[in-house]
Amino acid sequence: MNDNMEAIRLDNVGVRYRVPSERITHFKEYAIRWLQRRISQRDFWALKEINISIKQGETFGLIGPNGAGKSTTLKLIARVFRPTTGRVIVRGVVAPLLEFGAGFHPELTGRENIYLNGAVMGFTRKEMEAKFERIVDFAELGDFINVPVRTYSSGMKARLGFAVATDVDADILIIDEILSVGDEAFRRKSFERLEDFRRRGVTTLLVSHSMDTINKMCDRAAWLDHGQIKAIGESDQIVNAYLDDQ
Amino acid sequence: MENSSLTPVYDSSKQANPALDELREILKYRHLVSQMVRRDIVTRYKRSFLGIAWTMLNPLATSIILVLVFSNVFGVSSPGYPVYILGGFIAWNFFSQTTNAAMVNLVWGGDLLRRIYIPRTIFAVSSIGTGLVNLALALVPLLAIVIVLGIPLTPALLFLPVPIVCLALFSLGIGLFLSSLAIYFTDVAEMYQIILMAWFYLSPIIYTDELLPEQLLASIKIFNPMYHLINLFRKPILLGQIPEISEILISSAWALVSILIGWVVFTRRADEFSYRV
Repeated sequence: MNDNMEAIRLDNVGVRYRVPSERITHFKEYAIRWLQRRISQRDFWALKEINISIKQGETFGLIGPNGAGKSTTLKLIARVFRPTTGRVIVRGVVAPLLEFGAGFHPELTGRENIYLNGAVMGFTRKEMEAKFERIVDFAELGDFINVPVRTYSSGMKARLGFAVATDVDADILIIDEILSVGDEAFRRKSFERLEDFRRRGVTTLLVSHSMDTINKMCDRAAWLDHGQIKAIGESDQIVNAYLDDQ
Repeated sequence: MENSSLTPVYDSSKQANPALDELREILKYRHLVSQMVRRDIVTRYKRSFLGIAWTMLNPLATSIILVLVFSNVFGVSSPGYPVYILGGFIAWNFFSQTTNAAMVNLVWGGDLLRRIYIPRTIFAVSSIGTGLVNLALALVPLLAIVIVLGIPLTPALLFLPVPIVCLALFSLGIGLFLSSLAIYFTDVAEMYQIILMAWFYLSPIIYTDELLPEQLLASIKIFNPMYHLINLFRKPILLGQIPEISEILISSAWALVSILIGWVVFTRRADEFSYRV
């Protein structure tokens, strides 16, 4: 792949949540208010004027306090949200590691959930069959694979989720604060897998509260605050500026 | 990956037509539809003793009760009456269950939409899939009764896919329309139960046309699409006849109107749903 090619581009992106100033959750109430012409809405901009360009193969970090818009930014790139203003362009297959085990069903076995979770990510049954052994192996589930997921410990669930989500041939990896999966041994293993992706030249976008992780893994970073970019540049500079500000 | 023309490009500003885009996406995610149908069926029966037999026993038991009650109340004594009721009941069940499931699955299972990208119509479409499986299972006791009562099985049964497709499209349209309301208002689901009850009694399920006053029957024929859809489904089984062209056209027209309106209304708003669920 061409190193100079842009993988992700956010052009003047804004995301608006439209919150009714009073929350009306019943149709009956809404109808009455509408008749009285008393429906008002408040706009809340979760993101505003975001401009980011990420090159192929780059590892890019997002930092900032809670509610700054980091996860919203990731979800824009993962197509979960569509921007209210501006434009998001993403070139390549995206593997969103946002929340593991999204769509796991407690009554289904680990095996059945692998296929279900795979389908949620857009894979066919056949494609999942090819990956199946690898996933079970990596998640270290052994015979538990034939038992309903409701009997799993949270660590086992996380391991299975991570194993399914990362067994992909993606161009872009989106990671939301997930390097804290399972025990120390598994954490090391998952870290290695992510390093593997980076070595293969996969573009990585990372949200973390650990400045250490950002410093170690990222080439560049952006500091988000109240939905706006406060600073963007080399990750060590951004991390330092952020820490000085605390 | 070497060939950059194969690299998928997502551009948020390129969305010419949400309705068509969604159609393309749901076709791409058809494996997810089948996995979700599988999940629905498997989880429903996993911890139950009789398992999948419930799908067949349930409408059967209900119809036996209805037949016992109504052949006494209305004095209907035609030999085909049990088939009339069970046939109508199966078609109605399909409609009421799938429309409810579309709404409930989106509202309660929709947090998936906030976590990962999947086509938003997936919940409604897979409820139709689950409904179709249940309908196929319910046909077993229906055909058993047909045989027991000595009603001849005719080639007209091969026509059944047509009314089933009409029912599916009609239900999907209504399900999508309801879903787009239910996202915003929590009482839509409750209101719909009341509407369903009235709708049930305004549809020819437990009574036959002859029992209705002429004027009421005329209005039902105009305003209640389920009148036509149920009859289209029942006729080949009960009478061994392929419905007339005019009957087929009316049902297909209702199905098309419903799916078009439902799909367009839903997809126009769909980008907002991941914020709202």
